[in-house]
Amino acid sequence: MQYQSQRVAKPYFIAAIGLFVGQILFGLVMGLQYVMGDFLFPAIPFNVARMVHTNLLIVWLLFGFMGAAYYLVPEEAERELVSPKLALAMFWIFLVAGALTILGYLFVPYSSLADMTGNSILPTMGREFLEQPTITKLGIVVVALAFLFNIGATILSGRKTAVSLVLLIGLAGLAVMFLFSFYNPDNLVKDKFYWWWVVHLWVEGVWELILGSILAFVLIKTTGVDREVIEKWLYVIIAMTLITGIIGTGHHYYWIGTPAYWKWWGSIFSAMEPIPFFMMTVFAFNMVNRRRRNHPNKAAVLWALGTGVMAFLGAGVWGFLHTLAPVNYYTHGTQITAAHGHMAFYGAYVMIVLTMISYAMPMLRGREAANSNRSQVVEMWGFWLMTVSIVFITLFLTAAGILQVYLQRMSENPLPFMVVQDKLALFYWLREITGVVFLIGLVVYIASFFVGSREPEASVSPAPAEAGA
Amino acid sequence: MSQAFTKAMARNIFYGGSLFFILLFLALTFDTDSTLPSRDNHAAITEKVAMGKALWEKNDCIGCHTLLGEGAYFAPELGNVYKRFGSTDAIKAFIKGRPKNGIPGRRSMPQFNFTDEELDAIAAFLKYASEINTNNWPPNIQG
Ligand code: HEM
Ligand code: HEM
Ligand SMILES: [Fe+2]
Repeated sequence: MQYQSQRVAKPYFIAAIGLFVGQILFGLVMGLQYVMGDFLFPAIPFNVARMVHTNLLIVWLLFGFMGAAYYLVPEEAERELVSPKLALAMFWIFLVAGALTILGYLFVPYSSLADMTGNSILPTMGREFLEQPTITKLGIVVVALAFLFNIGATILSGRKTAVSLVLLIGLAGLAVMFLFSFYNPDNLVKDKFYWWWVVHLWVEGVWELILGSILAFVLIKTTGVDREVIEKWLYVIIAMTLITGIIGTGHHYYWIGTPAYWKWWGSIFSAMEPIPFFMMTVFAFNMVNRRRRNHPNKAAVLWALGTGVMAFLGAGVWGFLHTLAPVNYYTHGTQITAAHGHMAFYGAYVMIVLTMISYAMPMLRGREAANSNRSQVVEMWGFWLMTVSIVFITLFLTAAGILQVYLQRMSENPLPFMVVQDKLALFYWLREITGVVFLIGLVVYIASFFVGSREPEASVSPAPAEAGA
Repeated sequence: MSQAFTKAMARNIFYGGSLFFILLFLALTFDTDSTLPSRDNHAAITEKVAMGKALWEKNDCIGCHTLLGEGAYFAPELGNVYKRFGSTDAIKAFIKGRPKNGIPGRRSMPQFNFTDEELDAIAAFLKYASEINTNNWPPNIQG
């Protein structure tokens, strides 16, 4: 670690992992409610568990992105952060606001929460992923602005690299697109139309810039490949992201009242959205194969490669599966959507945050470059348990989804929704069991921070040429 | 990637390509906005319907149900529930009749204790939603 102010990343990473645990626990609650409908009813209805699960996910990923930025930017800009104090203050504000919001979900009926927070003045609540009270949303905007000022001023007054500029564009885009969460017209079609400007243009737009930039940073550091080469890849990847992903928004405009031409625009452009994800995989493997040195943090390299592969599978392959309008006509809003949502979010955004944590945390905790061998082995067990679990969760949900589509939408005597759900119980049980394995993987991952702390750092293995790699 | 293809070229493709597609997207948005009146059933958006939408949001119905295929997948699609149930009265009776403590062993919908006026509003909102032109989605009445 070259700059003192990089230290502020640490609390962000710790909070991210803590909230991740909460996210998974509520995932398991919902998974059980899928098969035991009365579980925790009416104390924690499904919709409450769901908003806790998805909002914790978004919030911890945001903590992860901010931590990543605070770690990465000083090294790229070759100067200290403009204001580490502001960064710490924002950390506490964001954490407290987030915690209060989650407690509000859990302990106050949602409609009372809406009343208490004056939702009727500027109604923004009660839409998927945007369940937060309006004041929480305003708080998010304030934190985002302070954060952008801090890293923006650092980047612009220091060395400007492609990595940090792309990160800045991505983060600024994240904040700008979030503003559409304040637009909630009575017209349902328009509400839905602009809702996707937040959700789609985040995960298939600006967040991919953040993803690409963090991946490029970690690859530069761990492989020693020339920055020029890596940054060229980065630009090509994010160019493809926005060229395909912006018009690709149309894959959500098939059936919500928008004009029929979106079937063409949406299908054609979103069918090309896997390209940048595929390039990310090729990029990661290429750079690691061409590495100039072996980095002692093998776990971080594993996470980086895993991000490439899993993002391509979850977003690219599982996204393509249901993105063409004639297919989406049948799969829209089924367990197939849920299957894709899980693998894409995990493969792209969970994994890139864990990649950055894996790379940075040893230094933040006073190591030279890497954890001990034992700690890394445990971390890699966590990697495999979580990753294999999410693959199986995705496969079980896909199977459930295919059956659901057939029984409810394609067979000669379409069955009612709830009747079909009963028939899918086996797959939901398998998903829940796999979810428990995921949680075990997460516990193992966390344990890796506590084992082998007193053992010496892992040392560098022989250079690639000598090892014959 | 080949040497002849430089980082500056890649950067220009990023800026130029993004700008072009942002503008195209805005143009399509503009066109959508002007075509919507013929499809989005906005004439039906009365004060009652607007109140229904506010109640829909205030109680986070989307956290269990889908509406036009978007939302959660725990409970049935409601974009076409007006057509499935056949009347606003049937919708109101269903919502009103949910047992407070749920149905043992089964997925249950909460009892929201709506007033009659609120029930009217929610049913009106769902009727409005069912009359949006969705390119014939869902494939059948089961949603
Ligand atoms: C990392 C990137 C991505 C993430 C995190 C992601 C996540 C999601 C999530 C959570 C949903 C469900 C939204 C809802 O609740 O309504 C969704 C829907 C969808 N995604 Fe993605 N996605 C990604 C990339 C892609 C890509 C690259 C494609 C296409 C190739 C794609 C195609 C779709 C489609 C077609 C839907 C709508 C499904 C439906 O009609 O129900 N996604 N995505
Ligand atoms: C491992 C245990 C997990 C279980 C049992 C679980 C379960 C669930 C359930 C039951 C839903 C609601 C589906 C519905 O609306 O009917 C859901 C939604 C969701 N979960 Fe999970 N989850 C788990 C882990 C994760 C992880 C690791 C991620 C992120 C990487 C994640 C991201 C999401 C997202 C984005 C949604 C919304 C999906 C959509 O709208 O299509 N979950 N989860
Ligand atoms: Fe999308």
